Amino acid sequence: MCGDHTEEAGTMSVPRYWREEVPRYRLLGKMCAGCGAKFFPARPVCTECGSTEFKDHKLAEAGEVVTWTVIRNPPMGFEKYKPYVVALVELEDGMRLLSQVVDVDPGEVQKGMRVEAVFRRVKEDGRTGIIQYGYKFRPVVE
Amino acid sequence: MRKVAVAGVGLVKVSEHWGKALGALFADAALQAMKDAGTDDVDGLYVSNMSGALMQEQLNMGAHMADAIAKPGLSAVRVEAGSASGGVAFHEAVKAVASGYSDCVLVAGVEKMSDVLPDVVTKSLVMEEEQEYSAYTGVTKAGLSAMLHRLYLDLYAEPSDVGMMAVQSHDNAVGCRHAQYPFRMSIERAMDSPMEADPIHMMECAGVGDGAAAIVLVPADTDGVEVAGTTVATDYCSLPMREDPLTLGAVKTAAEKAYKMAAVKPGDIDLVEVQDDFTINGVLSLESLGLVERGKAAKLVAEGGAARDGELPTNTFGGLKARGNPLGATGIYQVVEVALQLRGAAGDHQVEDAGVGLAQNMGGLGSTCAVTILRRLGR
Repeated sequence: MCGDHTEEAGTMSVPRYWREEVPRYRLLGKMCAGCGAKFFPARPVCTECGSTEFKDHKLAEAGEVVTWTVIRNPPMGFEKYKPYVVALVELEDGMRLLSQVVDVDPGEVQKGMRVEAVFRRVKEDGRTGIIQYGYKFRPVVE
Repeated sequence: MRKVAVAGVGLVKVSEHWGKALGALFADAALQAMKDAGTDDVDGLYVSNMSGALMQEQLNMGAHMADAIAKPGLSAVRVEAGSASGGVAFHEAVKAVASGYSDCVLVAGVEKMSDVLPDVVTKSLVMEEEQEYSAYTGVTKAGLSAMLHRLYLDLYAEPSDVGMMAVQSHDNAVGCRHAQYPFRMSIERAMDSPMEADPIHMMECAGVGDGAAAIVLVPADTDGVEVAGTTVATDYCSLPMREDPLTLGAVKTAAEKAYKMAAVKPGDIDLVEVQDDFTINGVLSLESLGLVERGKAAKLVAEGGAARDGELPTNTFGGLKARGNPLGATGIYQVVEVALQLRGAAGDHQVEDAGVGLAQNMGGLGSTCAVTILRRLGR
């Protein structure tokens, strides 16, 4: 039985976490140097023109909820946050991403709800592993 | 390319097989299929399994399953394509026989989910998804489908219409000897069950089970059941990359290629087995397969169109919801069930005069899809 996994050190390697730090901490995506298509996260090949050359592209930090769910039975590692909202968010620059939406009663989330990026703890990788951080979104207080 | 036929099939009841290890479960189905085919002289083995590496800490599954059926020397490999492992393994096995490289191939799926706790199953399912920006959010496989479910409800249907997909699957499973949950379930029971990932209720989700299913493939003769079409297609894996989230691109592409290969139209399909691991996935699959118009599948199911005597018999032994969903084995169960229908060997589950059947097996949020079309020969 894999029952006591949360008591042990996790499996997240330092390089695996480190190489995603900048995109996750700063919402930094890529723009294709060939055709200008924008991506988050970065990809090796442009889906529009096949180019492999990219420049940095800073994502907008606010947007709105397109669709969402409430996670009631989370995967291992996320238990203590339940229930939590995960949404498909469309940012002001037209980019889409998946994110938790926090600081909100799950019952109050609506389609079109305005949300903004915040920097939060995401997950602890076991008792002695890496504490992972990154972006979540919260409702904009108008 | 040679035509390929289904020579033998085998099934284990989907259940919690506490007393049986992976190899024993596998051997049970594999020996049935070889006995049914009248030969154990197989020259290739394709094992479909999704999560043995996590759940049993077992890799190198081809060799271990060849070992289980006492066939050292056999060419053997495990095929993993998430929840589409079974359909993709079948596709690879057909290619081996069609090409002439192999003359008699065993393709068998096995999965044991009851060895682990529920949060490990949840983790295993989300391992099908992109890890660094999708699974990273804490979303689950149910959660991803739930986001599509909500979009669908906004446009096309009431929650209970979509929920009827689960009710219909349970109706079809009654009396099925290899089904995990062969009993009826009311729409009230489904709609009153707790939320798994809003708006998906717990009773709209396939459960956890162990199972194995097997098929023996040989060059086609003039009668029996032939593989008329077999295709695999993929799509961008992450939901934010999909321009139209309610069209499952891999399903659409795989289906169109399969219809062409089999020289049939969607209207020629007499029965279909679809990936109803969540009710919405079954609904969207029927639409992306081109069998039902966009936005109309939930209504069709709610009005009885998916019953065995309906206009589009669907999940005739209960589908993933009621027959059960032992992940990597599921795609093989589907093809076995279609073969049983075309042989006229489906017993109480028989769809009258079934000549052409389709099985659709999907991994991730539709990022991989295998479509199989079987045809009864000598019609």
